Amino acid sequence: MAKGILGRKLGMTQLFDPETGAVTAVTVIQAGPCPVVHVKTEAVDGYDAVQLAFDAVAERKISKPELGHLAAKGIGAYRRLVEFRGGIDGAVEGEAVTVELFQPGDAVKVAGIGIGKGFQGTIKRHNFSSGPRGHGSHNKRAPGSIGASATPSRVFKGIKLPGQMGAKRVTQLGLKIHEVDAERNLLLVKGSVPGPKNGFVEVRG
Amino acid sequence: MSTIIQDIERRQLREVPRFKAGDTVRVHFKVIEGTRARLQVFEGIVIKRQGAGVRETFTVRKNSFGVGVERTFPLHSPKIDKIEVGAIGDVHRAKLYYLRGRVGKKARVRELRQ
Repeated sequence: MAKGILGRKLGMTQLFDPETGAVTAVTVIQAGPCPVVHVKTEAVDGYDAVQLAFDAVAERKISKPELGHLAAKGIGAYRRLVEFRGGIDGAVEGEAVTVELFQPGDAVKVAGIGIGKGFQGTIKRHNFSSGPRGHGSHNKRAPGSIGASATPSRVFKGIKLPGQMGAKRVTQLGLKIHEVDAERNLLLVKGSVPGPKNGFVEVRG
Repeated sequence: MSTIIQDIERRQLREVPRFKAGDTVRVHFKVIEGTRARLQVFEGIVIKRQGAGVRETFTVRKNSFGVGVERTFPLHSPKIDKIEVGAIGDVHRAKLYYLRGRVGKKARVRELRQ
């Protein structure tokens, strides 16, 4: 029952249901066709997995080891190479996985690099409360106490402080395929998906 | 916006008559009650149009038994059977929120003289 494909998030829109008129917010993902680069098996590699490639690029854009790995299977240069643990239904080396693998109603999870928010304070990054704005307040957006004094005379590890927010891998669970457009290689997923427009995403069924 | 998304949205657009804020419209809206569907008419003054493309909506305000009632419809919703445009209003604003604070004769919109 394992399904998987690589794609590019194009953005979001809404769809009307022709009968009920209900509006569904969907994310449009342009996925595949992804050539199957390598099928790993329990017997040979110790675990089952399938390697998919996505996003064809010029040969000079990728490293020589990667290029050689793809060329050994007779596949051109691709920017993305991702392994799907547990394998993918009907994946045969040298053939391609397309969106036709998915049906409307399939439960999927989508992983991508979330939108980067830069260096952010504790209020935005960790949902801290802000202090009073007026009456001479010196604690408008300050994080507050980060620990005690002479004992332990250090800051404990893992204290929530300002820092880089976002631009990390995020997996959104519990999504559903709303529509599949095999002609244009599109997956319409109900709800939102991590990452910016044109961001690279992995869809797992 | 991606051309593919623009195409998906364009295919859902329906033909709607021209109207703007201040116009009086009759919206024939499909209501599904259990198994049977019927048409409900909502007549009033358009107080705003908002959004673009398939996401565009408009809000109609009417006075029902002394109570102001507003209803917002998605412009391209398949549940809208038809929109009849009546009087063309003579207004100088795109959003007629000022009608909310008015009752009786003051809550009227002058008709545009051709």
